[in-house]
Amino acid sequence: MSTSPSPLLELSGINKSFGPVQVLRDVGFTVTPGEVTALVGDNGAGKSTLVKCVSGIYSIDSGVVLYDGEPITINGPRDAADRGIEVVYQDLALCDNLDVVQNMFLGRERRTGLVLDEATMEELAAETLAGLSVRTMKSLRQPVSSLSGGQRQTVAIAKAVLWNSNVVILDEPTAALGVAQTGQVLELARRMADNGLAVVLISHNMNDVFAVADRVAALYLGRMAAQVPITEVTHAQVVELITAGRSGDLGLPAAGSGDDYGLNGARG
Amino acid sequence: MSTHIEATPAVKAAPPRTVSLGGHVRGYFARVRGGDIGSLPAVLGLLVLCAVFSIVRPTFFSPGNFANLFSQGAAVTLIAMGLVFVLLVGEIDLSAGFTSGVCASVLAILLATYGLPWYIAVAAAVLAGTVIGAVLGFLVAKVGIPSFVVTLAAFLAFQGVVLLLLKEGTNITVSDSVVVAIANRNLPPVLGWVLAAVAVAAYAGVQLNRFRRRTGRGLATDPLVVVLLRIGALTLMLGTAVYVLNVERSLNTLIASLKGVPVIVPIIAGLLILWTFLLDKTPYGRHLYATGGNREAARRAGINVDRIRISAFVLCSTMAAVGGIVAASRDHSVDPNTGGSNVLLYAVGAAVIGGTSLFGGKGRARDAVLGGAVVAVIINGMGLMGYSSGIKYVVTGCVLLLAAGVDALSRRRAAATGNR
Repeated sequence: MSTSPSPLLELSGINKSFGPVQVLRDVGFTVTPGEVTALVGDNGAGKSTLVKCVSGIYSIDSGVVLYDGEPITINGPRDAADRGIEVVYQDLALCDNLDVVQNMFLGRERRTGLVLDEATMEELAAETLAGLSVRTMKSLRQPVSSLSGGQRQTVAIAKAVLWNSNVVILDEPTAALGVAQTGQVLELARRMADNGLAVVLISHNMNDVFAVADRVAALYLGRMAAQVPITEVTHAQVVELITAGRSGDLGLPAAGSGDDYGLNGARG
Repeated sequence: MSTHIEATPAVKAAPPRTVSLGGHVRGYFARVRGGDIGSLPAVLGLLVLCAVFSIVRPTFFSPGNFANLFSQGAAVTLIAMGLVFVLLVGEIDLSAGFTSGVCASVLAILLATYGLPWYIAVAAAVLAGTVIGAVLGFLVAKVGIPSFVVTLAAFLAFQGVVLLLLKEGTNITVSDSVVVAIANRNLPPVLGWVLAAVAVAAYAGVQLNRFRRRTGRGLATDPLVVVLLRIGALTLMLGTAVYVLNVERSLNTLIASLKGVPVIVPIIAGLLILWTFLLDKTPYGRHLYATGGNREAARRAGINVDRIRISAFVLCSTMAAVGGIVAASRDHSVDPNTGGSNVLLYAVGAAVIGGTSLFGGKGRARDAVLGGAVVAVIINGMGLMGYSSGIKYVVTGCVLLLAAGVDALSRRRAAATGNR
């Protein structure tokens, strides 16, 4: 982590409610190119909601989103994609009935005139997958339904990398993977950052976070408890930030934290 | 960033994977065992039905009856083609039958009552279908009423609209020669051969060109033998069909000569090619499949899912209108029963028998043609055997249930083998 370049994506004062439930309160979050930013938090802390706000799935109630220093509004997935913000979702968002190439180019198909340019798409997909050292796939023309969990995750990540993306957000990419595949995915996250991408890694797993992240941001009950360089915190401090919202002089000011502790006793 | 990002320096795509003929065949059987049966049941069913009927009633296998099959099955097949789109996005259109009735009524009234030329009447009928589809699609996609309910309501309402248009059940005769020709006349024998030759040449050109381009770029292809076999099979099928249809079918040639490919055949073939192209080769078709496969994934990929769903209903009702026109042409008239009674169920049955899934995301335009052929053969064959319409309904119902059962079971099989 060198002296940080200016943030690419800067969120401040983000609020989001679903009916009476306020899921995000006054959240600030910055994403810097060339870094892996880990976004951690307990179940229901608002990680996925924050990501969906960034990627245009949800609209924000209030708050400012600065992209490259300029305020922007994100009105839909297309808007986010146009800015180079790509999300690899926990539930993968792949179409089972389409094949690998079709999924990777979904919504942004290459065409010559009216017709799909299958050959070019297949070549680009093969190149991208080869670049990610993926050799386990039998055919790029097999339906995604026939792939294993790790292969599906790879397709989903490759789909994000394929685009001229600047920000790649990985939502719990390793949750369903074995040890070797987890290693590959984390290595992949590191490589993307080294290539100048801003990578956001949402994770429950402290090992993953400390293995790969440059910076860690902890959400606690819809509020951003802290966003600090990984070198300045310990394992235990991050866990405390997740479960209590503060750790020492880091994090949210203490107030009625007893109840909150109770709420978060059971970790998922 | 102008170039796409590589995590490591680009490794050239794997060397061309040449699949042997044996490998291709094994791959196909593996897919079938894995639950991806496609239109296999329809093809097998068609063969079995044809064999049984030809043995029991030799007339079934006569050129005259072969030609009959096309005009009998045409309307249902065309409506089924439209239904494929709606089924693909995981919806259902129960009103397609009476939509065709409404459009046929529009056609008949414009022709008979207002004396308008055929092309205006046909255009108005098709447009009526398009508008109906847009309204249904809007109610489903934008208002959010389940398609089952919307189209069930439309089913009832359109039944009434047909009665209102036809003044409580009068029968309007369609006598315009062009419209009547659609389902009743035949092409000159030479033209039949020319069209078949053009079709084979075009298919061979497309297939070989695709093979050459893909091997040239080092991409995996089907073996050349398979490509050539496909072309050969199409040549054989079209050649036989045209030959049989060009045989004199009239019992007494002194009164009238009856030979040639029915006019409806190139119409169905043209629409089949058009919709196959749309589904397989265009981004729009891809988005239809994506919407049916995983609507949320499609939405997150930036596809306007609502628009796709509305367009599926528009295409379905427009094709229903085309089916209605063909039905009116075949009967030389429109009555309150046009598009009614069993037309819808036959059409849904045709699509499902052909291999289109009721669960969305799986289906092709040719399913409608294959399934339509099965339905036409059942109706025709049982008619020749002299069974009552009661038995015909029961048998068709059983076949539909069988097809839906095969669909559901193949999905379970696919889930079990990790194919879905």
